[in-house]
Formats: sequence, C-alpha cells, structure tokens
Amino acid sequence: MSNEMNSNLTSHQDGVIFEKSHRGRTNDCQSPRESSTSSVIPISLLRESPPMLPEVSEMQAVRHFTRLSQKNFSIDTHFYPLGSCTMKYNPRACNTLAMLPGFLNYHPLAPVETGQGFMSCMYELQEILKEVTGMKEVSLTPMAGAQGEFAGMAMIRAYHDARGDTARCEVICPDAAHGTNPATAVMCGYKVKEIPTKADGDIDIEALKEVVGPQTAGIMLTNPSTVGVFERRITEIAKIVHDAGGLLYYDGANLNAILGKVRPGDMGFDVIHMNLHKTFSTPHGGGGPGAGPVGVSERLIPFLPVPMVGYDGEQYRWLTKKDCPQSIGQLSAFAGNGGVLMRAYIYARLLGSEGMPRIAEYSVLNANYMMAELQKKGFDLAFPSRRATHEFIVTLKRQAKTLDVSAMDFAKRLLDYGYHAPTTYFPLLVPECFLIEPTETEDKDTLDGFIDAMAKIQAEAETQADMVKAAPYTLPSRRLDDVRAARELDIVWKSSEQAS
Amino acid sequence: MSNAPSHLKYAKSHEWVELVSDDTYRVGISDHAQDLLGDMVFIELPEVGQALSAQDECAVVESVKAASDVYSPLSGEVVEVNEELVENPDLVNRDAYGDGWLFTVKASDPGELAVLMSADEYIKLSRDDDH
Repeated sequence: MSNEMNSNLTSHQDGVIFEKSHRGRTNDCQSPRESSTSSVIPISLLRESPPMLPEVSEMQAVRHFTRLSQKNFSIDTHFYPLGSCTMKYNPRACNTLAMLPGFLNYHPLAPVETGQGFMSCMYELQEILKEVTGMKEVSLTPMAGAQGEFAGMAMIRAYHDARGDTARCEVICPDAAHGTNPATAVMCGYKVKEIPTKADGDIDIEALKEVVGPQTAGIMLTNPSTVGVFERRITEIAKIVHDAGGLLYYDGANLNAILGKVRPGDMGFDVIHMNLHKTFSTPHGGGGPGAGPVGVSERLIPFLPVPMVGYDGEQYRWLTKKDCPQSIGQLSAFAGNGGVLMRAYIYARLLGSEGMPRIAEYSVLNANYMMAELQKKGFDLAFPSRRATHEFIVTLKRQAKTLDVSAMDFAKRLLDYGYHAPTTYFPLLVPECFLIEPTETEDKDTLDGFIDAMAKIQAEAETQADMVKAAPYTLPSRRLDDVRAARELDIVWKSSEQAS
Repeated sequence: MSNAPSHLKYAKSHEWVELVSDDTYRVGISDHAQDLLGDMVFIELPEVGQALSAQDECAVVESVKAASDVYSPLSGEVVEVNEELVENPDLVNRDAYGDGWLFTVKASDPGELAVLMSADEYIKLSRDDDH
C-alpha cells in the first residue's frame, strides 16, 4: 500500500476555514491602521453588521488554502487516466509564453493596429486548426466546448433555415454519445433520435438507415467513438446522412487520437468543435476559462460565429457581423478567451506538423499497451476484437457478479495506490466499465505502475472483498455516501449556533 | 437477480406496462433496469394531462451513475403520476413493479400492446443484455 504517495493527502483532516474564525482577528494585526468609513457611500447603503466572513490571520489563511491545494489529485501530482477527457500534461512553456506582457496586457478593444502580433497568432491558430481538421474555415470565438457544440448545432439549424428547409426536426445521436451531444441538439430545438452501437463498437448502420430521412437535420458523432474505437464505416455513414439532406457534426473530444493522421473534414463532417483543453494544452477542469473553436465545411462558412480574425495580406482585423451577415452572431460580449487560445497556439507551434502525428501515435500506443497488459492480467475488455485508439474500455462485470466488487470499488481502491480512477460507468452501454485514457504524456513506468495496482486490487478482491469495498483508506475522507449526497444536497456551511 | 412478473408486458427500452382498468395502463421501469442504473436520486415525471405518443421520452430516472430517459410504451394521455417518487425516488429500486410505478396512461391505441414483449421474452432479452 502506498501511504507514502498519498502522504500529503492524509496529513490533516482540515475543517472549513469558518471554524478557525475568531472575532476581530485580521491579516493586519501587526500593522494596525485606523479604520475609516468611506464618506462616498450613502449611509443608507452601508451594512449595519459585518459580512459573515471568516476572521483569520494571514498565516492561517495561507496555510489553510495551501493544505487544501495539496489534497488535490491532479495531473501534476498523479496519473490521471480519465477516459473521454484527455487529461494530459500541458507543457509549462505554453503557459510561460502566453503570459508574456504583450499578450497578457493586450486589451480586446484596443485598436487593431496596436495588437497585430496577438491578432496574427489568432489568425495562425485558425489556419492551423483548419489544416489539422481538414475543415474549410474556423472561428475561435466559442468560450468553451459546450458553447462550441451549441454554435455548431446552431449553424446546422441556420443552414437548413436559410434554404427554407424547415421541416428538419431531428438530430441523430449514437447511444454511446457524450451526454452533451443530445443536450445540445435539444437546446437548439431538435428532437433526439438515438441509434445503437453494435457489439464490435461500430454504429449500427441498419438502425441509422431506419431513422434517417427528410426530417433529419444532422447526426452528431465522435470518431474515434466514445467506446474507444475508430468508426470504420464513417464515409458510408456520411453518405447516408448527406443523401438524406442532413449534416454531420463532429464532437472534437477525441481529436487527440487522430492528430496529423486523419481529418474530420476528409471523413465528410460539416462542422466540428474542438475542445482545446483536451488536445491543445489549455487548462482543463475547474470550469474554465475554456475554448471551443468551431470548424466548418464549405457550405457552413457563412454561418460561423463572429468575431473571427481576417487578414488582407497587410493587416489583421476583426471580422464582425458586418462582414458576415449570415453569421449566427456573437456568443459573448466580445471574442473567446484570448489567453487560452494563445496557449493552444503556442502548443501547436511547439509541436509543429512533425509533432502532431507523434501525439496520435504515442497516445494510441500507450492505450494499446495498457489494454494488452491488463488483458494479460485477466481483465475483460469491452471490445476485445478491436484495436484501441487513444482509450479503451475494461468491464468489471465479472468481478461485480462473482466477487461482488464493483467498478466503483476498484476506482476507490485505486486512490489508495495513488492513481486517479479512470472514467467509471461511462459510456453507459458497457456495464461496470472503466474508460481508460493514458495519453501520450505518460511514460511506461507510470503505465506499468497502474497496471500493477489493478492486478493487486484484483487479488485483494478475490481474498478480501470487504476491504476493497470499504476503500479508500488513505485519503482525508473515507468512502462518501454519494447516494445521500445526491438526494440530500447540503453544501452551505452553518455554524453550530446557526444550525441549532 | 432481477425478475419480471408474468402478468406485465415489457418494452425493449425496459419499461413495463400493467392493465389497470379498461384502457388505462400503469407504467414503470423493470427490475432489471433499476438494477443496472443503481440507486435512484431523482425522478422527473410527465405531467397529468400530457399527450404521449408511443416511444416518446416522457420521464427521466436519474441514479448516481446516470440519467436515463423513460419512453412511453403506449400512446395516450397521462392520467396519474406517482408523486411519492418526488420525495422517495428509491421506491423504484425497492419495488420497481409496485410502489415504484411512474405514471398511468389512458391508451388511445391499445393495439400498440401487441408490439410489447411477454415476461419470458423480456427475461431473454435482459439476459442477452448481460452477455
């Protein structure tokens, strides 16, 4: 057991900072200042009692939050093989360069003459993403993946509407799709038609043929798909949907696996959103700031969201609704998150066209290595007949049935071994599953360590099932009651006085 | 582990249907379905008076693992919903065929029952599901 690895996680069972509060204690105890009441604010608008904030010393605050930060399971401290998420390491260089004062301090509304450097980077990022995806034009403006998806589907809607083709009311999603896909379709006013995945992981084309028709606005796909395999009949699928007058939407969640190898544009997709945080080294998790650029095929170019960066051979400038009258419009007060896009630009330039295919190759190699090794250790694969892409699925259904040890129990026990659990119970169509994505940024030793931990947990499950079922043991909190947490959500701290 | 009473009819998408009276049918999700989904934390029910077409999404069952749509096995009008589930979603886990029912529907086309499965057929399907 690797208590050592988790020592920073176990050091303290800290309470909330309110519990450390003492009336009158502040961070400037040693440098007292006369308190002054501002005369600018009218008395009627001033508080009568101080806000309910914790009153602690500066040192208490620093230690409290530093300790909390050390409790994180993060990519900087732990292997984090979260499938469908590409939790890879973001090179520090991207961060450092994006923080150069010229980039950092450039105001979005500054005259474009003063921001030609920044604008040229954004323009080049558009060009790079076009090249990588095979799409005809790119807009960087969506503020996150979800907004990119919304923009993509809104463009499909705008396209059909512009043609007077308004009877199209359905969007097709495979049952393995990310939950955001059907949600996006519904947000754009469409009805979702679900089609099944076959036992070999490919989409059921016969089922597709049954649901596709004049009512079909489009289909939303990820390729490689959410079950971690490459959709082999993608060009046939594209033809079926296009022949029916529908468009193809590509969810860029799994772009990491195909960088520099195959391009969604060449597969026949009409629109793609790219989760830059998954593939292009921008901050991941924590709710942003994000970036979810969209790329389109020829016919959707007029509808791209604005602003975009244009270049006339001499000067870069913002293209707005004036330049693109059919655009679905702006998605925020201005453009996307410039600092995030800058990190993606730098990452892409660091890789270059030689580095990109290596990303795909090593992410796929790492996944296939882990898949083969875990199979050797006796684990069952969900799609044993298929080569994995950048991720693969292990099903622990047999363990759940014969040992009563579930995927969740394995996941919790992995924490004790110092590994963040892979994605569990997704995609929904595979029972008791782990969706494992090592990414290209992990070395073989790390992969071997995880594989060994899985084998050890398997052995523990066979002889001490109850011990595994009560994991984790080495974290600040033991097994949480997730059912009760969901049913009786209680996230507001109250003092003992308030509570009583 | 999971069971399927023989007096009910079943849909592929794991709903069950029980004749209550005349053309009124009670609908819920199967024991197999609740077993797969795990502990329920939230149930979204249709509205009384809502018109349904067969295969319409008409409810959502949310567990700690997943949120899953429930499809109406029959066309018709919702006449009653199980309000108990709002406070006690776990009734679906504890008694999928009894207290865990979701809604009743006044069927407009009882002929649709013919496409539903018998208990034996459904058990076979859920076993295949378990492959």
